[in-house]
Amino acid sequence: MDLITIIFYFFAVLIVASAAVVVFSKNIMYSAFALLFTFFGVAAIYVLLNADFLALTQIMIYIGGILVLIIFGVMLTTRITGVDIKSGLMGKMQIGITGAALAILTITMGVMYSNVKWFTRDSEPLKDTISPIGRMLLTDYLLAFEAASVLLLIAIIGAAMIARRKKNIN
Amino acid sequence: MEHQILTFYDWVAKLSSSELVALILIVTLPLVFLIVYALVAILGELKISAFIQERLGPMRTGPWGIIQPVAEVVKLLQKEDITPDAANKPLFNMAPFLMFTAAYAGFAVIPFSSHFVPAGINLGLFYIFAMGSLAVIGLVMGGWASNNKYSLLGALRSVAQIVSYEIPAAIVILSIVVLASSMNLQVINANQGGWFWNWYVFGGPGSIWKLLVIPFTFGMFLLYLIASLAETNRTPFDIPEGESEIVAGYHTEYSGMKFAMFFFAEYANMFVVAALLSILFFGGWNSPFGDFMNGPIWGVFWFISKSFFFVFVQIWLRWTLPRLRVDQLMGVSWKVMTPVAFLCFFAVGLWAMLK
Repeated sequence: MDLITIIFYFFAVLIVASAAVVVFSKNIMYSAFALLFTFFGVAAIYVLLNADFLALTQIMIYIGGILVLIIFGVMLTTRITGVDIKSGLMGKMQIGITGAALAILTITMGVMYSNVKWFTRDSEPLKDTISPIGRMLLTDYLLAFEAASVLLLIAIIGAAMIARRKKNIN
Repeated sequence: MEHQILTFYDWVAKLSSSELVALILIVTLPLVFLIVYALVAILGELKISAFIQERLGPMRTGPWGIIQPVAEVVKLLQKEDITPDAANKPLFNMAPFLMFTAAYAGFAVIPFSSHFVPAGINLGLFYIFAMGSLAVIGLVMGGWASNNKYSLLGALRSVAQIVSYEIPAAIVILSIVVLASSMNLQVINANQGGWFWNWYVFGGPGSIWKLLVIPFTFGMFLLYLIASLAETNRTPFDIPEGESEIVAGYHTEYSGMKFAMFFFAEYANMFVVAALLSILFFGGWNSPFGDFMNGPIWGVFWFISKSFFFVFVQIWLRWTLPRLRVDQLMGVSWKVMTPVAFLCFFAVGLWAMLK
């Protein structure tokens, strides 16, 4: 087993274990912090797939942005209400439905995995990913790029509107 | 880089005929450097603050107190490791390590010389920035797990501050990327070769017309300096650990080795931003005087002296300036720095297009 394979299995185990903590932990704060390791592990898998830009974007947006937001949400609501938020126990009904869905999914995946003709890499991985991505975003995919940026701008303006100090109605 | 050079990594791999040795060496060398640097910086902090306040500072340990930092580290190592009863133990113990990991991860892409960089990836600049956002989680984790209102307040303030100051810092970094048309720190350094007027703080290499863009690049340098102070929680932006208001902020409950980890992480962060300042604006490992004292070995000297200068500036400012109030701090970031950063970005973009 070479170094890359060992690293892959390390991060694969990290992702699965931390994802299990996210789902099964009673303490919702543990779930939020375990998400950190899940996101980080996924970023590491992206690096192993030669998608370095995607990996860093993952860290930047999911860990630096979304996770901080989630943690703040959980943290502040817990402190305001004064009780620790615990995730509820699962009912028998939920366990049954989830188990059945999981079984069907596993069987489907297994069938797919054995039947699909996998594409193998036929060329060397790109040495430089950022410049092709930049070029593509500003030429072939300009419309999607601009649409996304306008959407984000609208979201920012909306957030600023909501957060603004309200004028006294009285 | 276009031309193939024998890097430190290749050199060690050839010498020891093992990739693993080279790999281990290139990963641990920055750590050794970091430990030595932290000792120097602690001494610097003590002595510079003493000089500014017209005191002598530590004088008893060794000649002029130069082994004071060693004594401090030994003291911290020996202290009892206390975990408060009401604290959330797993998270409380994990937070210092997470902070230090995030701070040390930044060292992976810092080019110490033209031939020594642990990972010369194309996205170096973006990588350092992403790792900076990882540190935020460590802060929140420590602040929340301490189960202390001061810790929590410190963590909240810190996150609000780091997230706000990331915006002008990101725009400034983007402007440098526009100037250098690369995110690879080695390429950014190599672009600034030659004399010191080729540094990006002086508009980068170009004709006489670059005089027009110098005010903007110099403004970018100042903006990044201010933003980097805020990101490392140094004075005048140290409201997350403002002693007069919230004890010691997010690390109020920490003691002994775990406090030392937070401390080391702060010093590591200081070096990372100082290194980034010297790489982005002051030519990194390039000699200021053309070919005079230029080369891979001298590069280490130039890079480390430039970075140490900015660490010194951070310490100097800490003992000179008073602390900002929370609302002033947010006002500076959103109402002054962000618009000015956008202005500089447009100017630099225009310059890069017409150049």
